[in-house]
Amino acid sequence: MKSLILQTASRYLMVLLVIFSVFILLRGHNEPGGGFVGGLLIAGAFALYGLAYTPKTARRLLRLDPRTIIGVGLVTAAGSGLAAVWHGQPFLTGQWLPYRIPFLGKLGTVFFFDLGVYLVVLGTTLLVLLTLEEE
Amino acid sequence: MTNYMNLFLEIILGILALAAVAGFLRLARGPSLPDRVVAFDLLATVGVGISAVYSMAHNQPVFLDVAVVLALISFVGTVAFARYIEERLKGGTL
Repeated sequence: MKSLILQTASRYLMVLLVIFSVFILLRGHNEPGGGFVGGLLIAGAFALYGLAYTPKTARRLLRLDPRTIIGVGLVTAAGSGLAAVWHGQPFLTGQWLPYRIPFLGKLGTVFFFDLGVYLVVLGTTLLVLLTLEEE
Repeated sequence: MTNYMNLFLEIILGILALAAVAGFLRLARGPSLPDRVVAFDLLATVGVGISAVYSMAHNQPVFLDVAVVLALISFVGTVAFARYIEERLKGGTL
């Protein structure tokens, strides 16, 4: 399927989807949103790109193999839990920086757990979708 | 003034619900696959409208984000369906 309209539209839509997924990921802790929804959104962006062009182009745009992304995400999520063990608290207890970062708010290990979930969802969904599109 | 506004929004919600019922009818009855895909797209659009009007009527700004995400994602779904139909057309049967 080579549609010039879809290809041009998908470029603009992809920017919107990526911005919105990062926004939802960052907002996630206290309001609706979080790693899972954000990961699904960014996976939708890459799936749209793969539909408009070819799955191969989408893989090249992603740079990394989806399986590598799953691995990095799992390590990030598990590593965020280990920070609490270092301080002698139960696994996965939230650790927060004492000061606020402008525009981001308080940063803590909970964010890194969310980031891990984000990467795992992105990798898993793209692994399934791109393999199906290549059939 | 706000009373009239709320009444107005509730009426819009009712009309959108009727549109959803009509869309579901077409989804169930549609003689061919493209009819069903168009009905599916209509249902997603009605869903966007309902969540936007609901967020206005009940003062819940979170539902506006739901509307944005639904609008973006339903587009991807419709494109995927269109591609599927195109592949089936190449095979000869619809």
